[in-house]
Amino acid sequence: MGTDLQLTSVTKRFGTFTAVDDLDLTIPEGSFFALLGPSGCGKTTTLRMVAGLEEPTTGTIMLGEQDITRLKPYRRPVNTVFQSYALFPHLTIADNVAFGLKRQRRKDVASTVQEMLALVELEHLAKRRPAQLSGGQQQRVALARALINQPQVLLLDEPLGALDLKLRRQMQLELKSIQTEVGLTFVHVTHDQEEAMTMADTVAVMNEGRIEQLGSPEELYEAPATTFVANFLGQSNLVSGSVATTRGDALELDVQGARILAHAAHARVTSGEVWAGVRPEKVYLSGAGDDDGADVNTLGDGVVSDVSFVGVSTQYLVRMPWGQELTVFEQNTGARERFRPGDKVDLHWRPEHTFLLDASQDASAGAEVEDA
Amino acid sequence: MNTFSRWVGDRLILVLGLLVLLYMFVPIFVVILMSFNAPGSRNSYTFNGFTLDNWLNLCEPYQLCSSLRTSIEIGLLATLVATLLGTLMAFAMVRHRFRGRSSANLFVFLPMATPEIVMGSSLLALFVNAGFAGALGFWTIFVAHVLFCLSFVVVTVKARLSGLDPRLEQAAADLYANEWQTFWRVSFPLVFPGILAAALLSFSLSFDDFIITNLNAGQEVTFPMFVWGANQRGIPPQINVVGTVMFTVALLVVLLGEMGSRRRAAR
Amino acid sequence: MSAAGHISSLGPAEAELDGPPDPEGQKRGWSGYLLLLPGALWLLLFFVVPTVTLVATSLYDPSGSLQLGYQMTGHWQNYVDALRDYGPQFVRSLIYALIATIACIVLGFPLAYAIAFKAGRWKNLMLVAVIAPFFTSFLVRTLSWQYILGDNEALVSVLRALHVLGPEGYLLATPFAVVTGLTYNFLPFMVLPLYASLEKIDPRLIEAGTDLYASPFTTFRTVTLPLAMPGLVAGTLLTFIPAAGDYINSELLGNPRTRMIGNEIQDLFGAGDYPTAAALSVTLMAAIVVLVFVYVRRAGTEELV
Repeated sequence: MGTDLQLTSVTKRFGTFTAVDDLDLTIPEGSFFALLGPSGCGKTTTLRMVAGLEEPTTGTIMLGEQDITRLKPYRRPVNTVFQSYALFPHLTIADNVAFGLKRQRRKDVASTVQEMLALVELEHLAKRRPAQLSGGQQQRVALARALINQPQVLLLDEPLGALDLKLRRQMQLELKSIQTEVGLTFVHVTHDQEEAMTMADTVAVMNEGRIEQLGSPEELYEAPATTFVANFLGQSNLVSGSVATTRGDALELDVQGARILAHAAHARVTSGEVWAGVRPEKVYLSGAGDDDGADVNTLGDGVVSDVSFVGVSTQYLVRMPWGQELTVFEQNTGARERFRPGDKVDLHWRPEHTFLLDASQDASAGAEVEDA
Repeated sequence: MNTFSRWVGDRLILVLGLLVLLYMFVPIFVVILMSFNAPGSRNSYTFNGFTLDNWLNLCEPYQLCSSLRTSIEIGLLATLVATLLGTLMAFAMVRHRFRGRSSANLFVFLPMATPEIVMGSSLLALFVNAGFAGALGFWTIFVAHVLFCLSFVVVTVKARLSGLDPRLEQAAADLYANEWQTFWRVSFPLVFPGILAAALLSFSLSFDDFIITNLNAGQEVTFPMFVWGANQRGIPPQINVVGTVMFTVALLVVLLGEMGSRRRAAR
Repeated sequence: MSAAGHISSLGPAEAELDGPPDPEGQKRGWSGYLLLLPGALWLLLFFVVPTVTLVATSLYDPSGSLQLGYQMTGHWQNYVDALRDYGPQFVRSLIYALIATIACIVLGFPLAYAIAFKAGRWKNLMLVAVIAPFFTSFLVRTLSWQYILGDNEALVSVLRALHVLGPEGYLLATPFAVVTGLTYNFLPFMVLPLYASLEKIDPRLIEAGTDLYASPFTTFRTVTLPLAMPGLVAGTLLTFIPAAGDYINSELLGNPRTRMIGNEIQDLFGAGDYPTAAALSVTLMAAIVVLVFVYVRRAGTEELV
């Protein structure tokens, strides 16, 4: 249908190294799609294969009805915003933006360039050269230079990586609104989970050449499918346990001697050994033995081992009787009791916030890789 | 005390550097001075008084101007060929992957690591063994000059090219430029300063070479060979005019290039 | 960038990009060979083949001549004879080249350091100044040293007045003059690679060194020098190798007792004794290859090529 971008069994090897491993992926027309993963996960290689800068070892790439797998980059209706922009240093801003139109021998280049520069609010800099522009301005030129060709798919390779935090936030919103305005398919590669979740309507988390999970930011966050996603996208507490009984949608687990409830909707496995997970901000603390009602999960007899105050919240590390340290974020609402290192505490959370993962996975996958 | 010693340290190294520069320029000053020297005794290197005669009668010494012309012709031709071949090689070595890249690097480096006398001897041995002993002259000099300029061109252009972000060329391809357009619209303009520098270097290497040329020249006389011969007979002051002109032209070219790149940067 | 900037990057070659995972921007296939082909052919025909021919020529029967032709007899005796007859010139060449190289380091280091760290906005101008003399004819420059060092000129008079030289002392036609000429002529080949290496050093590293070790000398030895090593190695090779093969300085500034191996090779070719001349050339090349190999190994820089 339409001009969906469709990758089928795409594999890319460099010598003995497999960068992308048998990837299947459909990106619907008009969506803002993010490929998220640590460096070396294959996301940039995937993007470059769509752009035509790498050729897949096997597999096909379709754009609508057209097979573009082996098409030269300059024959594809696809444009790229490169990492660190790759603006032509010897050309003016206007000439940079006009480059693609001139190669296609389009008419009315000058006026189209004017309009495009107006869209990114850079008309006054048309005669400058890239080196004379700030990072944020260069970023917009790169965007304008790609968008002006009205590609069917716009590829963004870590487009905000070179900007400082404040500017990055601002550009995230700007990019999002431009995408809504022009209605093109955007494929955005990033290692920054926050950036991916802010901008994209669909996120694919990649690891070691494969897609770990694909879905809306909310789905990925609330119901991660793998330990990698649970750790890479935000943080998670993963405690080993086993499913004791199943009653309809409700699962009852034995976790280190405690009874823990979970919902089948957030369970990847429904029997046997599992990793029971919960996000740190879903957990709240109470003094040891203070009962907090029947419908919540409780892990008792923890000892606060570390407290860090980070403004909006306080982060606790709590050492559990079985030796594991769990993380808890408490909002600084002022309504909650503050604890000190050495205090004995219980941990509580609502059953629907429990997620269950296959116990055969490494619980620390995705936790060590950093988002620079 | 500490700030004082640091101040002295900072200035000291700069002063030392400038003294070394001065040392490098002393012979140049002498050459310029002597180009205006009135001929006096047999030894032209004694200053007798100011004159413009040497400048006005440049071609008076036998063979001076014909040797100059030969050197310029060989220099231009060798520069053209070496720059072309060397630039192609540099592009291959930086932008293409192929088997034996590191041996290609070594292969290019070796001629630069070979003493001129050895390179000259080898070429002479080749020409003589191939039956060209009687044909030594313009074309054997040309062959030799292209050879020793080639490596310097490759190294100079390579340095520029590897400083060039490959994403620029990819961006061009992404923006509908085919290979040919990518080369002429992006790669070439950006590498051009390197190619120009390589060509200037080639010309001056060729124009200046004596040792290799002397072995392979046959009856042909280049400017350095003329100077060599003149040293045995008595040096005409006109060679200092040529030295002065070469120095001035080179300085102007380099300074113009410098100003050009500054203006481009400022625009 | 300026021409000066380019020539300064002559020395240490950049590190190789290799290994599979990130082959950014490199094309595969036959097009690379095609671009390489004309230049490679030139190098093959006029560098590799001649080198082989030179080795062959060094083994010819020395009783032949250019007119009558040579016999290939595998005459190793040429090497023995050449070294017996020209051993002193050989040793002299290597010693002169060594002294000139050391002098180039002593003169070139402060200059390169000053350009890299102290010149500020005069940096490019100073670089131009380093290469400008290089564009004036080698022979004309060397001849002007004849004048500067001449017996009746200012320098000798001053040195005599200061009793550095005796009343009859002189400079021209001495080993000192030859080494001075060699040093002078090859100094830019030391300064430019040194500068290229030094320029890459973040000045903050040197500040950090001063901060941690306090003594400028220790900072130089432990921070600056190791980081400048690639440039120093390249500069040493670019100076030593041409100096060892040079005969212009020895001829124009020296005397018959300062003759170097280059003088002898040139004269032997001139006299038509090709086998001996070729044997000397091959020996010189072999000696240089061995010295370079040992030196590069000890200096621990292998990314030179």
